[in-house]
Amino acid sequence: MASAESDAFELPPLPYNKRALEPAISEETLNYHYGKHHAGYVRKLNALADGTPLAKKTLEQIIKTETGKAYNLAAQIYNHTFYWNSMSPNGGGAPRGNIKQCIERSFGSFENFKAQFTTAAGTHFGSGWAWLVRDGDNNLKIIARSDAGNPLSEGLVPVLTLDVWEHAYYIDYRNGRGDYINKWWGLVNWDHANKQLAPSSKY
Amino acid sequence: MSYTLPPLPWAKDALAPKISQETIEYHYGKHHQGYVNKLNALAKGTDLKKKSVEEIIKTEKGKAYNLAAQIFNHTFYWQSMGPGCGGEPTGKLAEAINASFGDFASFKKAFTTAAGTHFGSGWAWLVKNGDKLEVCATHDAGCPLSDGKVPILCCDVWEHAYYVDYRNARASYIEAWWSLVNWKNAEAKL
Repeated sequence: MASAESDAFELPPLPYNKRALEPAISEETLNYHYGKHHAGYVRKLNALADGTPLAKKTLEQIIKTETGKAYNLAAQIYNHTFYWNSMSPNGGGAPRGNIKQCIERSFGSFENFKAQFTTAAGTHFGSGWAWLVRDGDNNLKIIARSDAGNPLSEGLVPVLTLDVWEHAYYIDYRNGRGDYINKWWGLVNWDHANKQLAPSSKY
Repeated sequence: MSYTLPPLPWAKDALAPKISQETIEYHYGKHHQGYVNKLNALAKGTDLKKKSVEEIIKTEKGKAYNLAAQIFNHTFYWQSMGPGCGGEPTGKLAEAINASFGDFASFKKAFTTAAGTHFGSGWAWLVKNGDKLEVCATHDAGCPLSDGKVPILCCDVWEHAYYVDYRNARASYIEAWWSLVNWKNAEAKL
């Protein structure tokens, strides 16, 4: 079994403590979601990559060049880290800064954007993610992707993400995905979104 | 045609503690019922409502397929389990399993692997494909009827099937499923 020092991939720390997102997202959810699911993807990618050229690639490189199991694991590690960063205990409310202007330019208004993102996240069938992304023409778009789907594979820049795998909300909301999405708006980390829009930002 | 939710084959607490009443209340009462409600809404005022659930599975794609298949799949899942079931099959089904897999242990291993390693939402199936039995996994709403196969048993591996009782421990849920398998129902499907 590989020792921690020789593991190519690490589980980044959560940006806040496990109770920080309550009551919207419980400590119990974070214990499972971060401590079992996210940690599990890291462990499995290390097992898959150990002693192979895969261990020399970054997550982003794997996402952009691999398919199948390697893609799924790397993308899920990336997606979950991005999801934790898309939320903050001090988040929520209306967007501020560059993201506000970009949302208004691409969607007309924050209300329009919020309605469309809510629909994309709420109607996605099966496991997956709702993403706000920036495309090559500098426009913001909303996309929903199944399973481990990550926008980097499509040459898009991720700006925000919301996990709609059932494990993200079943402890706190059971089948009530709509309630979960509603509460997520109270956590959205606009500072992180602004960092993703900065030209020099590298995630 | 108005689509209806078939009754459960047993009481909501019949599979407890392996599968709790709470899980059945959500899984049957909200998820399965929800698919029925949504298919009725989608079909209203359209030609879709002339088709049975199985006809939709065999001929449609997209939202209609997803809803009809999920209605079928869940009904099949309830039938695949029962209180006082489990153990190993006997008779015709045991013979068919041995003929296609070598022995029960090999079949059990193949099915457990299919169910345990499926990535994302989906289902593990024992199906009849011509003369042979096969194990397969389908993704999201995937139903083997679309491939001309005959379903014999299924196990739901969407997270809502096990998260209330097992959280992320899908393997423990699958182990519980084996103790609930309704072999009599499965043999009748051969």
